[in-house]
Amino acid sequence: MLKAMLGEAWHAMGANRLRTVLTMLGMVIGVGSVVLMMAIGQGAQYAVAQTISTLGSNLYILISGSTSAGGLRSGGGGGPTLTVADADAIAELDGVSQVAPMQQGTQQLVHGANNWSSTVVGTTPAYFDARSWTIVSGYPFGDSDVRAATRVALIGQTAADNLFGADDPLGKTIRIRQSPFVIIGVLGKKGQNLDGRDQDDTVIIPLTTAQRKVFGNPFPGSVRLIMVQAHSAEAMPAVEKSMTALLRQRHRLREEQDNDFYLRNLAAAADSAAETTRVMSLLLGAIASVSLLVGGIGIMNIMLVSVTERTREIGIRMAIGARQKDIRAQFLLEALIISVAGCLIGLVFGVLGALSINAVTDMVIVISGGSVLVAFAVAAGIGIFFGFYPARRAAALDPIEALRHQ
Amino acid sequence: MAQAIVRVVALGKSYPTAAGPFPALRGVDLAIEPGEFVAIMGPSGSGKSTFMNLLGCLDTPTSGDYFLAGRNVAHMGKDKLAVLRNRTIGFVFQGFNLLPRMTLEDNVALPLVYSGIGRDERRALARLELGRVGLSDYAASLPSRISGGQQQRVAIARALVNAPQLILADEPTGNLDSHTSDEIMTLFAALNDEGITLIVVTHEPDIAAHARRQVRFLDGLMVSDLPTPARRAGQARSAC
Repeated sequence: MLKAMLGEAWHAMGANRLRTVLTMLGMVIGVGSVVLMMAIGQGAQYAVAQTISTLGSNLYILISGSTSAGGLRSGGGGGPTLTVADADAIAELDGVSQVAPMQQGTQQLVHGANNWSSTVVGTTPAYFDARSWTIVSGYPFGDSDVRAATRVALIGQTAADNLFGADDPLGKTIRIRQSPFVIIGVLGKKGQNLDGRDQDDTVIIPLTTAQRKVFGNPFPGSVRLIMVQAHSAEAMPAVEKSMTALLRQRHRLREEQDNDFYLRNLAAAADSAAETTRVMSLLLGAIASVSLLVGGIGIMNIMLVSVTERTREIGIRMAIGARQKDIRAQFLLEALIISVAGCLIGLVFGVLGALSINAVTDMVIVISGGSVLVAFAVAAGIGIFFGFYPARRAAALDPIEALRHQ
Repeated sequence: MAQAIVRVVALGKSYPTAAGPFPALRGVDLAIEPGEFVAIMGPSGSGKSTFMNLLGCLDTPTSGDYFLAGRNVAHMGKDKLAVLRNRTIGFVFQGFNLLPRMTLEDNVALPLVYSGIGRDERRALARLELGRVGLSDYAASLPSRISGGQQQRVAIARALVNAPQLILADEPTGNLDSHTSDEIMTLFAALNDEGITLIVVTHEPDIAAHARRQVRFLDGLMVSDLPTPARRAGQARSAC
């Protein structure tokens, strides 16, 4: 029975080839644009997720408070309110996995005849884990380097390229503020951060060395920044609370006094960036879905025309024994074939479009099985939904009236 | 005598109109035995088409009862009626009513699709019936390629394919010339000789003369019910 009906549907569609193709085209464009838009949206989400993951996960940055001297207020990080001892105390808190006090600034790097201005970060070994830095050659410095203020450095890809060109920087010496530093490791590539800053244009050195030889520090034991990593995203609110309480207690702040430090949640910034792209991809999908809907309406339109044209045929079929459900199934099947075939062709075009965009531009395109499956299910749903009304109308025809129809 | 294939009791049908219900059929009693060949006659508006639609289970009466092969079908639902039309009744229409995009074989096999018979068996039965009406050679042709008389033969083959207990023909010669009409009626007579029950609606006395029994309608009532023995015998002879 189904085989016979499939054959008949094929015949009926073949009888009006141009019309069938045009109706299908609506679905092709709808599904194609949904697949393409979802690929672009998911690509954007993927790109942002990649960037976020280079930032390190579940991070807080503590910034020391500002100072005021003779009416001139420094910005955040200007005052000596955070100390290495604060960092050590925070490391003891529940839910905290890494704590890295930091001092950073832009310095001129010199190697032989080359020089290059780059971000120099003075910190402790915990920083490598907190920021999930990989080390492609050499090794990181250890706690002993921090204690002894050794002049060792790890260099990022961009800084290395500009100072050493094609040479291997490992074991070479660079000078920062006249002090020589031995390169003991080369950092893996991270790319841009969310602000578009090149994260690889950097040199990492021990905190103590940075404070003594590079930046200078009028307040021994103080640091401008402390990077804190929580164990998990779930632990972050608790960590934030206990960290604030601990610092207020250590800094002997009274109830009415404001914090003398700033706390920044890097995860929140990352989340908002992820949310933005998620909304963008949803919007793209929604706009594309409109064309899918229009395609569905096209199917309904053509099926209604087809029912009217074939009224007499329906009457004949009813007279010789077609039940209402047989007629309904016949028209539903036709609508379904048009929408599913349109969907398949649309999928091919959508994927081809995504691949060609990927080939021509450097946009990240992600085609997930999920989005393909969703498009397919939606198309089949549209076929049934928009095919149902015409099919029901056909099945509800009165056989006598239908037979009289010319 | 065997059980009547068709028995209607006080059958009535009225249609709603703006001026109140219009009675197209006002209480008809009739019984048709298996193997009969009945012509239903009457001018237009006499109620014969309404009666035909009721006999064909295309419509349900507003009053009275209709026993088709012993079952009362007056109050059956649409789908049950469809099954009944499929299994019990074969239709032949004035306008042939073949599906234009299908081959003759597929047209003849169509009722079998709705009785759920497999493809190979459908083909075999359709070819058998096409042979019975003398059109085996045209199995793969489309209806537009053959003449009106041939199309009506195909329609008769389609009506026969499900081995129905009753064949209903509504003005089967209305679109045909007199020579072809004669051929079709001769075919009907031959089928009747094989024992098939036939009911033919017509307004032409010449056509009705092929039947063994003539029933006349006027103003929604049956006004006469007479056998036509002499003429039928003459026609039957000329058919041989």
